[in-house]
Formats: sequence, structure tokens, C-alpha cells
Amino acid sequence: MRIVVASGKGGTGKTTVAASLALAAAEWEAVRVLDCDVEAPNAALFLHPDLNQRKEVGILLPVVDETLCTHCGRCAEVCEYHAIAVIGKKTLVFPELCHGCGSCTLNCPEKAISERLDVMGVLESGPTPGGIDFARGMMNVGEPMAVPIIRELKKWNDMSLRARSAKQSPPIVEEIASGENAPRNDNETGRLLRWEERPPRNDIIEIRDAPPGASCPVVETLRGADFALLVTEPTPFGLHDLKQVTEIARELGIPAGVVVNRDGIGDNAVEAWCAEVGLPILMRIPMERRFAEAIASGKTLVEAAPEYRGKFFALLENIRARVAV
Amino acid sequence: MKIVITISGNTIDSPFDPRFGRAAAFCLMDTETGAWTVHENPALSASGGAGVQAAQFIAKLGAQAVVSGAYGPNAADTLSPAGIEMYLAPAGETLTAAEVLELFRAGKLSKTEAATHAGHHGDGH
Repeated sequence: MRIVVASGKGGTGKTTVAASLALAAAEWEAVRVLDCDVEAPNAALFLHPDLNQRKEVGILLPVVDETLCTHCGRCAEVCEYHAIAVIGKKTLVFPELCHGCGSCTLNCPEKAISERLDVMGVLESGPTPGGIDFARGMMNVGEPMAVPIIRELKKWNDMSLRARSAKQSPPIVEEIASGENAPRNDNETGRLLRWEERPPRNDIIEIRDAPPGASCPVVETLRGADFALLVTEPTPFGLHDLKQVTEIARELGIPAGVVVNRDGIGDNAVEAWCAEVGLPILMRIPMERRFAEAIASGKTLVEAAPEYRGKFFALLENIRARVAV
Repeated sequence: MKIVITISGNTIDSPFDPRFGRAAAFCLMDTETGAWTVHENPALSASGGAGVQAAQFIAKLGAQAVVSGAYGPNAADTLSPAGIEMYLAPAGETLTAAEVLELFRAGKLSKTEAATHAGHHGDGH
């Protein structure tokens, strides 16, 4: 199950919610966190992964072999982004316009185009002390496009899983768990199984921390997700951007629900709008000084206020039920 | 000599459009005979790379020079190798294409060899 935590407006608490949801879920589930805010990834500040894997990523740029090129112009015709131009007897490539789609290479009748990797950033991954598979993208300063990095980050899964089996992470929860909510206990000892001991599950919980805004990087983060968890604050700005991201999720056919953070400030327009359009409010986090202090000191909500562990796990169950429908 | 003037209309009396890649239309003129045709800019609604697309388009029209108000780096990098000279007309005044043509004939327009401003790419992405 893939859950995207998005917001539109920046600073509403996406990372706060994503990190706490991941920590709560990881007590029972195999959890992967992808920090897709590649321009300013900050989930690592709260989850403390050991980033032991690193890979450079980017897009494949066309390289034209002028000895083979007949300047027929087919490449320029098929390029959606006008990143390749044929002028008389010259074929020009504009790297900063190229999206790396490969259409020119594929369509060149002379096979005169090869491709080279243009590095735009890095992917870093590794386990967190809480046993979460963590990966993030980091865009190089000055790069204009975040989408290719996010796209590569979403494919990162296999490599990080290999890293996980190669390295034994510390156990998540060693306390004895009982009852029907502990299906993965060892039958003989009753000890909660560590993630590496658990039977493989198909439904790893993947939590993607989205970038702010409502442009291409957010769309790419949402693409392929099962649920959009939209964090907002009850202010006109929060509502304005919530509407935009809700529209993107709707367009992509992804069910959505809302977390109202800093509940109690602002007005009740978010609540009224959610009721009007039938968008469920799944959680409310009140505006409290102790939360702000905890987050400012690098703690997550579930660490600062342990009662939120249960609330976040209930949120996860709620989402799972909505995705199953 | 065939020149292109960027305009925001569909005749030689239409106002000069100081944008290049996002100009509404191109007025192709023969400076000797005064014959002219107007061509819609295919790059007007391009999501990106408008300068490259517009430059390729006027190269195909057979223009040897272009008059606009500004050129971005991609436009300049496409126009230069195509051998199309880039002239600048003042953006502030209200001129028609016909008046710009007169200034060109009188040699009153300055020429630029390179882009006059930074690219737009990345805006809003």
C-alpha cells in the first residue's frame, strides 16, 4: 500500500505526519519511507536513517553522431519539449529543455543518437533505527527539474530491500505484544518478530513524503499511489492549496483524506469545504506548544506524545479500509 | 532580403510584439519588394522550448534576419547557427510592423550576437 502525504501549502506538517505515521506503522508492519521532497528533503532529521547506499541519478540526454546524422529533422519533430533542433546541416541539443524521454533516440532512422547520463542528483537510502526502509532523493543545486529524481526514487525499492537483508537492523519493539492485533508474534515465545524475521508481505507500507506545491513533482509523487493523505491547516491559505492537491488526486483517481494540523487556529472553512465535497477528515492535531517544541528539537509527534502512536496506527487502519473499498 | 518581424496581429499594420518565442505571429517580409505574409507562431502554446521551436520555424520560412524585442538563450543558440541575424527594436514604443521595417531599412536598428536575457525554463515547474 502506497500512501502519499501531500499538502499544497508548505509547512503544514507533511513531514511531521509522514514520520509519525511511519514510526507507528513500523511497530507492526514492514514500512518504507520515500522522501520525495527532493529540493529540500528533511524526513531524515526525524527518522535518523543510516544512509549507507548512494546512487547518482538523472536523465539520459541525446548525443548526436554528426557523421551518421542526415539532418532529416525527425528527432526535432518528435521532441515534445523542443530540446533538439535541426537547423540546416546542424542538429542542436538543449540539455536544459530535455526531459530524457528517449523519443529522439528511438525515432532516429539513422541510429545516429546515443544517450549519456546527465547527473541531476543522488538517491540515498538505508535503514532507520526503527527498522524502516528509508530512501530520499537530493537534487543538485541549480537543477531545474525534480521529476526525474522522484521517478528514480520511486524505483529504488529493490536496492534498498537488498540493503536491508544484507545488514541486520536493530529490532523495532521487543516488548511482548498480545491479542489479535499481534499477528506476527513468534508462536513459541510470544516475542514480537523483528521485521527481518517476519514472513514476506506483499503489502509493504510505503509512505511518500511529497514536496509542497501542486506542480509536476507533486503529480509524480502521487502517481501510482493508493491513497493521498492531505495535511492542511485551517486557514484560507491552507484551504486554497488543499483544493488544488485534492483536484490532482481526483484527476489521478486516488482516494484522499485530510489531516487537519494546528487544529483550533484560523477558521472553519476547511471543515466546511471537506463536508461539502465529501472529503473525510481522518485526524486532527491540535495547536499545542509542546508539539511545536518537540518538532523544533527534532522529535516526532509519536515520540513527544506517545498517545499519538495509537492514533496514527488507527489512521493507518482507516486508510487501509478506504483503499480496500 | 527576407526578414521576420514579431507582431501581435495578422497584417503589416499590426503592432510589433517585443517577445520572440512567445510572439503571437511572425510577419515575413521581403525588404526589396515589400511583399509580406503573416504566419502564426507554432510555439505560442508550447509548454517549454518556445524559443527553439520559434527559431526553427522562422529558419524554415527562409528568414535571413529577425527583428524582435528580446532573445532568450535557447532562441539565440538556435538562430545563430542558422545564420539568422538578430535585430532589436525598442519595446517601449508603439510601432507597427511597417514602421519597424522602415527603421530596419534605414539601418536604425541595433544588432545583437547573443541572448538579451536569461532563460525562462524552470519557471513554474
